[in-house]
Amino acid sequence: MALVDERTSDKHQYRLHTIKTNKFKTISIILQMKKQLTGEDLTKRALLPYVLQSATENLTSSKEIRARLEELYGATLTCDLSKKGENHIITFRLDIAHQRYLFKETGIFEEAARLLSDILFHPKDGKNKTFDEKIVQKEKRSLKQKIEALYDDKMRYANMRLIQEMFENEPYSQHVYGSLEKVDAINGGNLFKYYEQALREDDIDLYVVGDIDPEQVEQAADRFFTFPSDRKNVKRASSVQHKKPQHVKEKIEEQEINQGKLNIGFRTNITFSNEDYSALQVFNGIFGGFSHSKLFINVREKESLAYYASSAIESHIGMMIVMSGIDSNNYEKTVSIIKEQLDKMKNGDFSELEFDQTKIMLKNSILETLDDPRGIVELLYHQVIANVTFTIDEWLQAIDRVTRDEVTRVANKIEMDTIYFLKGEGA
Amino acid sequence: MKQITFNHVGETVYEQKLPNGLHVVILPKQGFNKTYATFTTKYGSIDNQFTPKGKKEKVRVPDGIAHFLEHKLFEKEDGDVFHDFSKQGASANAFTSFTRTAYLFSTTQDVKKNLITLLDFVQSPYFTEQTVEKEKGIIGQEIRMYDDNPDWRAYYGVIENMYHNHPVKIDIAGTVESISHITKDLLYECYETFYHPSNMLLFIIGPVNPNEIMALIEENQANKTFKQETELKRFFDEEPKHVAEKEKIIPMHINTPKCIVGFKEQQVGRQGNELLKHELAMNVLMDLMFGQSSNNYETLYDEGLIDQSFFYDYSEEESFGFSVIGSNTDKPKELAHKLFDMVNQFRTHPLNEEDFLRIKKKKIGSILRSFNSLEYIANEYTRYQFNGMNLFDTTKVLESLTMEDIEEVLQQHFVEDAFTVCQIVPKT
Repeated sequence: MALVDERTSDKHQYRLHTIKTNKFKTISIILQMKKQLTGEDLTKRALLPYVLQSATENLTSSKEIRARLEELYGATLTCDLSKKGENHIITFRLDIAHQRYLFKETGIFEEAARLLSDILFHPKDGKNKTFDEKIVQKEKRSLKQKIEALYDDKMRYANMRLIQEMFENEPYSQHVYGSLEKVDAINGGNLFKYYEQALREDDIDLYVVGDIDPEQVEQAADRFFTFPSDRKNVKRASSVQHKKPQHVKEKIEEQEINQGKLNIGFRTNITFSNEDYSALQVFNGIFGGFSHSKLFINVREKESLAYYASSAIESHIGMMIVMSGIDSNNYEKTVSIIKEQLDKMKNGDFSELEFDQTKIMLKNSILETLDDPRGIVELLYHQVIANVTFTIDEWLQAIDRVTRDEVTRVANKIEMDTIYFLKGEGA
Repeated sequence: MKQITFNHVGETVYEQKLPNGLHVVILPKQGFNKTYATFTTKYGSIDNQFTPKGKKEKVRVPDGIAHFLEHKLFEKEDGDVFHDFSKQGASANAFTSFTRTAYLFSTTQDVKKNLITLLDFVQSPYFTEQTVEKEKGIIGQEIRMYDDNPDWRAYYGVIENMYHNHPVKIDIAGTVESISHITKDLLYECYETFYHPSNMLLFIIGPVNPNEIMALIEENQANKTFKQETELKRFFDEEPKHVAEKEKIIPMHINTPKCIVGFKEQQVGRQGNELLKHELAMNVLMDLMFGQSSNNYETLYDEGLIDQSFFYDYSEEESFGFSVIGSNTDKPKELAHKLFDMVNQFRTHPLNEEDFLRIKKKKIGSILRSFNSLEYIANEYTRYQFNGMNLFDTTKVLESLTMEDIEEVLQQHFVEDAFTVCQIVPKT
């Protein structure tokens, strides 16, 4: 039996994915709206979902919407923003208890779908081609605060700064929240215009996960999710230009903090649709993805330099980030250990055990991700972004087939691009 | 082996207490790929005064030692046990809370082998002066990492305000100074005292066969010898009911101020169903007061005093308890005043039955949702057991709650003497 029972139907205006599984006590409805990253409208996109979830024609305040969700046995509605490759993605998630566990309840799935549909298609004041100005102002204030607070979590801040430096003048440098300067110019009217454009032009995928009857879900989707008829035929995949670093850029900033944050960005030159992708995953696992990895062993265990030292890949932009928290005066030492470990990878200097162990752990983590409804959608959505299709079983097999030579070859494609170090003052 | 089915949530648990005192719980979850196992001792950061096993005199150990011990237990004579798990396709981890230390792994293969590794490594301590010294560098960095995190500083800042003497006010990891006093002998002393099987619970959840798993565990335990079970003696200093500090302001290198207010629980010592009922009543009450459908939330958001980072929470264990409410905010001082006023207002206005029934429904859904997570079930089941409660009784007790129950905790918990504030403000 396949690991994931996914059925996809092309609704012409969007794609509906149903995933039937009896593992969960809930049904999850997840809507993804994707658009290429451009500077112009990013801030409006960052504001839009929060304005939408604040009021509908029938439920005219956030308070009423939240009370309605509580009525539906504590259905949870969340929205968030993310960046995958050069795409900006708005996600709405609605989780609702399966009626099987609720005494004498029927039809709550349909009720939840109706609510999400109202939020998307029937916003308050929408008939006047605008959003409620008070709500827009409130959410603008909240967005500004969120943008400002990015500075406060130093681990996330260092990560953001690295990306700004590394992708200077590239779309990927932008943060998903947009920019502070652009918030002020937004009002109910121009945001509504943007909203109509997003409904027409965004690439849209709707996922429903749980113990569902796919046909019934399809009927509900037809009833509740009707996008504008003049929707453009959206181009799905976006290709990324891999830039060659001329030299390693080094950026050091100082703040009054206790622990220095060292973040290093590499160009991998490999993305999700590339045939080397599985080998890249194995590479990352041996290098810094797990607690048996070279970075963890050499930076933390052998030298006691850090509590965390790891690497992670961004699947759609072709980037790898190494992160570690260290004493500021250990900067050179740590950077040189990291370089040394990468050189080892380039020379094929890793054991049979490291290699086999990593494959097992990678497959393990994919399988574990399938035990969570969000995880399932997260894995499947990669395929939409990269415009490829394969089953999860095929993905696992591809990892199995990776050879040592392929890992070494991939290692040699990886180039250090930017070192960002946020160091403590006076260190 | 005892088998108990909880029909309303569709779960069956298998339980047994072994001759050495170890409590084993198995919850089969067919259809899942992952098996998750936790091996937990009822020993956390607050257990810093006790009578060591085999001794008569009470001791006080350095702050952060339970957490230090958690780190060190992974190291063996022939290397790090992390790697044994990862060779067997499992990822291992551990965490220390105020009241518990848990060792765990998750895997999609070789469950039995990994389970034996878990039992064996936790039950065979190996500490040397040299490895203890090396760990001080790593934990030192862990402490510094949290020192730079304003959310964490605000949360612990408000707890620190509440308590005069209770060790819940002490950082779980201790300080760079306090951990410098930790030695291998002290680690052994804590280990011997708190890691007896009778003070521990093993929980396994995933696509497993309970009979086979239980037989395996029984065999493994029967082959080991443990000291006679003796009574554990922990000591806590007298703790006044009122808070130690009314207010604390911490300047940090940040843009957006934060404010957390807290109320210290006035009556401690609850266990079993009494605790379960009390914490559920507190949870329902806080949803009524500050949930997203409440008037208070609407007012705070409309007035720009809070943003999406707003949160509230109630925690209680046998010897301490507190509620916290907080958010990023431009006006931390105003927010603190407003929250206090809102609580007082609430105390003088009758509860609305419609709201109460709706929040109960909400809670039922959220309990069901959290049962999707194997990690949640394992960790919470253990916490519930250690407090004499059963996780799967939650919905039942929730149904039985009345408005009077809510009214009672409202009047009892939210009193002026119990109120305190912690602000994090930008450094000028």
